[in-house]
Amino acid sequence: MRLQTNSRLAIYAVLEFASRPGELVAAAEVAAKHGESPHHLAKVLSELVRAGIVESVRGVGGGYRFVGQARRLTLLDVIRLFERLGDAAPAGADSSPEERALGEVLSEIDEHAIATFGSITIATMLAAVARQRRA
Amino acid sequence: MSAALRVRAVRRADLPAVIALDATVTGLHKADYWQRIYRRYGVGGQGLRHFLVAEAGQRVLGFVIGEVRDWEFGQPPCGWVFAIDVDPRARQHGVGSALLAGLRERFERVGVRVMRTLLARDNTLILSFFRSQGMTAGRLIPLEIAIGPAR
Repeated sequence: MRLQTNSRLAIYAVLEFASRPGELVAAAEVAAKHGESPHHLAKVLSELVRAGIVESVRGVGGGYRFVGQARRLTLLDVIRLFERLGDAAPAGADSSPEERALGEVLSEIDEHAIATFGSITIATMLAAVARQRRA
Repeated sequence: MSAALRVRAVRRADLPAVIALDATVTGLHKADYWQRIYRRYGVGGQGLRHFLVAEAGQRVLGFVIGEVRDWEFGQPPCGWVFAIDVDPRARQHGVGSALLAGLRERFERVGVRVMRTLLARDNTLILSFFRSQGMTAGRLIPLEIAIGPAR
């Protein structure tokens, strides 16, 4: 299972901001940490701002901060801002039995992915990151 | 919720509160069912079956039920969590976490090293709770098939 670059970058940014509540974090810092261009990250962040997950403060000392609810916001909420999951068109009536059978398998995988992403909150991810740091 | 939270084994006197809590959450009043559950898990579990309640100020705020099962599905002894419920007014106060920790501790006492549960994948609320407790998808994959007359 792979996520698109924008989805992964958005998750990393949200985790960074949520781990430092109230603090204004420079986009350049997040971009450097994850080896992405600030320009690319800016596009991702603007989508997160539009969704009300982070807010930006301009000017000297400005940056971004998390304004979502870490115990409510899930990975699925973030991912769906950037890519579609599980909404592949079902095989039509004129499709072959092979296409329909493969479509069933792919749907099964999608449903599990959605259930997994939809049940993991940002707070749970922060705890997982902390466990990884201790390991 | 100011009174101290305590997790302990269920008592018969707790059943009305458990039944009422279940009815609040599920919308179904199942007194006979809970009497059976009490007989199976509440007494005589010999350290393998557990029915615990969380209370604060003598008020039951939630319950959890679990059991150690040996070599089911070819797996070493494992602690199954069958049911967990918290009074909606007491959620986000650590009641569910305390209940699960209490059950885990009892499983560990008898040497169990894996705790497991099974949920509908659209039960996001409870799935998120178990995830927040560090649980992840396990090594088993549940499979099913619709049987009976084709409709």
